[in-house]
Amino acid sequence: MEDYVIEMLHITKEFPGIIANDDITLQLKRGEIHALLGENGAGKSTLMSVLFGHYTPEKGVIKKDGKEVKISNPNDATALGIGMVHQHFMLVDIFSVLDNIILGSEPNKFGFLTKAAARKKVLDLSNKYNLKVDPDALIEDITVGMQQRVEILKMLYRENEILIFDEPTAVLTPQEIDELMKIMKELAAEGKSILFITHKLNEIMAVADRCSILRKGKYIGTVDVKNTTKEELSSMMVGRNVKFAVDKAPAQPKEEILKVENVCVKSKLHNNDSVHNVSFNVRAGEIVCIAGIDGNGQTEFVGALTGLDDIESGKISLCGEDITKKSIRYKSTHGMSHIPEDRHKHGLVLDYTLEENMILQRYFEPQFSKNGILKKGEMRKYSDKLAAAFDVRSGQGATTIVRAMSGGNQQKAIAAREMDRDHKLLIAVQPTRGLDVGAIENIHEAIVKERDAGNAILLVSLELDEVMNLSDRILVMYEGEIVGEVDPKTTTLQELGLYMSGAKRDTRKEA
Amino acid sequence: MKEKKSLFQNPGFQTLLASILCAVFGIILGFIILLLMNPEHATEGMFAILKNFFKYANNKTNLMYYFGSTLVKSVPVILCAEAILFAYKTGLFNIGCAGQYTVGIIASLYTALALHWNWFFCLLSAIVAGAVWGAICGFFKAYCNVNEVIAGIMLNWISLYICNIVLGNKICMNTTKSETYDIAGKNPSGILPAFLADFFGQNKYVTIAVPLTVIVAICILFVLNKTTFGYELKATGHSKDAAKYAGMNAKRNIILSLVISGAIAGLAAGLYYLTGIEHYKIASSVPGMGFSGIAVAFLGGLNPIGSIFAGFFVEYITLGGQYLNTNYYNPQVADLMIAIIIYLCGFVLFFKTIMTKPVSKLGTAPSPTPDKKTDAADNTADKKEV
Repeated sequence: MEDYVIEMLHITKEFPGIIANDDITLQLKRGEIHALLGENGAGKSTLMSVLFGHYTPEKGVIKKDGKEVKISNPNDATALGIGMVHQHFMLVDIFSVLDNIILGSEPNKFGFLTKAAARKKVLDLSNKYNLKVDPDALIEDITVGMQQRVEILKMLYRENEILIFDEPTAVLTPQEIDELMKIMKELAAEGKSILFITHKLNEIMAVADRCSILRKGKYIGTVDVKNTTKEELSSMMVGRNVKFAVDKAPAQPKEEILKVENVCVKSKLHNNDSVHNVSFNVRAGEIVCIAGIDGNGQTEFVGALTGLDDIESGKISLCGEDITKKSIRYKSTHGMSHIPEDRHKHGLVLDYTLEENMILQRYFEPQFSKNGILKKGEMRKYSDKLAAAFDVRSGQGATTIVRAMSGGNQQKAIAAREMDRDHKLLIAVQPTRGLDVGAIENIHEAIVKERDAGNAILLVSLELDEVMNLSDRILVMYEGEIVGEVDPKTTTLQELGLYMSGAKRDTRKEA
Repeated sequence: MKEKKSLFQNPGFQTLLASILCAVFGIILGFIILLLMNPEHATEGMFAILKNFFKYANNKTNLMYYFGSTLVKSVPVILCAEAILFAYKTGLFNIGCAGQYTVGIIASLYTALALHWNWFFCLLSAIVAGAVWGAICGFFKAYCNVNEVIAGIMLNWISLYICNIVLGNKICMNTTKSETYDIAGKNPSGILPAFLADFFGQNKYVTIAVPLTVIVAICILFVLNKTTFGYELKATGHSKDAAKYAGMNAKRNIILSLVISGAIAGLAAGLYYLTGIEHYKIASSVPGMGFSGIAVAFLGGLNPIGSIFAGFFVEYITLGGQYLNTNYYNPQVADLMIAIIIYLCGFVLFFKTIMTKPVSKLGTAPSPTPDKKTDAADNTADKKEV
């Protein structure tokens, strides 16, 4: 009989139309570091939400120390000694370190705070685990690494025995990561049980005892880390290649359309660059894909490229013209189309109608306005034409408020708008996110048609199938850098997985 | 039956319903207050307020005269509401409207009383003053990220004291009465031209201000709905990020929106004070017109035309207070009641939210259903990524 501190047995959690967790079993031994590995959308977050009582699973039980427990809200989880360090810290910026640690369980006497004992306890813990913090510093003044230590201290202060780290290294520098690994090992040696959510294979190999792998909501297996290799983990995470071929002829690249030279972008979260020294080009008639796990700088890079965010240094040229410092409007009227990653935030004005959204970057053009007056008739005609061509369905046609449309149709509307605009370069960021199989095929076909018509396409995708099937060249981004360039015809998913998780990196540095 | 159902789902109709509900609710609460003060005469008092100038129903000249006065007094509050809703459509809460209105008073009265300008130029100066005041607010918002509410409130007070200083001298003001002179006496050319005086029972205060207000409202409706400029402003108001993505200049739009809003507020002051119906009195608080405008804008469903009716209603009730019998009621009761009604008028959005669901249920949902499944799947996908 193994000594499991927490067990999640046969958990199934369904959302309408999707099974987020399909019969997943996760058993955490006392004093171990257990990694939970999976791609985006594999169901890790849902599983954790179930553990914290945010969701009630349809099937399955949760056991603590072998006894079945019911967790229906986060307070239940806290009472069971489960604590979590969130990816985005839950700290009050203008409070001191000490105040943040005691927040939620403030020691008091007759309603007056009694901080002296708390301070002593925090300092003891801090010394014991070598988690150096200044209890009186304000959160906003300390580094991200120190903020994380505060989060860890918060869990220790509450005497949690089950510690969950949700992608804790995403925001840390390499030195801070090493330190965190050391702390995690110490905590495990003390008898704390640690669940470590990540998709970085190197870190799993470095600290974890066992690793459970999820893929597309399914439980793939649990392996002992010392008996496995990165390659095996990677293939378990990514899965076999389901050939879902896109019908396309070999690319015939012509002149260079987009040239990116040494682009750096400052991070808003930490001191490192979120995009570091990225250089590549995209030629007319080819699809170049930036692959990588979410949060490795793709969003920031596209932001800098399109002008949504500031660029720190480097140069971007479109058709030979330097557009680094040009406005968004200039870029969009000079050949850049952009299917944005976040269709609700950027792609659409949700409270506008479909026809109004269809002319979002073109309302001022003579086709749609004269002397500053919108041509409603033209808008209607144009919107109907695009909707028919891309099969955009909506309740009231062109006058539907976009907010009322389904996500798939919203995405199709954006794709239609961006592909119909006069452009030389199409930047498509996760163009098929949230679409069903048929719609994905349509969009893929349209993208290939774009390419064959002589446009340059920069695809940014987290879906490996899409990356492999659609692109002519693949650039892999890891921690803000392009770590490798591979040919989809000769590479394997396993190799791609190694690049994506930072286990492999091209030694030749591109000029 | 089918048509009725679709009517209940029409957001415009829902807003109208919510507005009417608010007004009725306010009147009921007002009635309760009258009941508490003096139960015996409450019904009578309430009727006096509601009946208002229709008391003169038998005397057509008087009826039209007082109707005209109500129209004139509605002008500033309607225009303030227009100013506020215009900014609101751009995602800005122009509480500085009160200050922009105040500088409009300064400019119109000073140019009329001290400089003896023609009414047209007095009006123009009021517009410019309001616009400049709005521009200051917009500049801080766009370039220093100062919240327009904070900047607006501070500018309100600044404008009040400037107003007391500029108008509080012997040229503009009868200092013993602490109120400005009649423009008609000092500078007849400063008075706005009369409008249909015969129709309104020779009410000389009914001027071109009344039709101008309607024209301004129509212009705003036109600009917001038919022009590329309005398209941009509304896009910025709905979603700053999407507007940025579309290459719109958010900073410029913020400033322009507040400039226009301020200009309308300035116009409101000019169109009111240049009729001569009201004198500026040295005050210790900012004129409430700009604040009432907020309630009116919401009561009008944030619609330029709706605001005309809402403004007229609010002013109708306000003036109705004068018909309350002062033997039974303290004159302040009328003000209190009006304040409560106006206050409740601001609750239109709240009423609409709690009302929308049950009211929509009265009809069947239109069918955006073919893709319901993908929608749900998409939602969960989004959730998981959080």
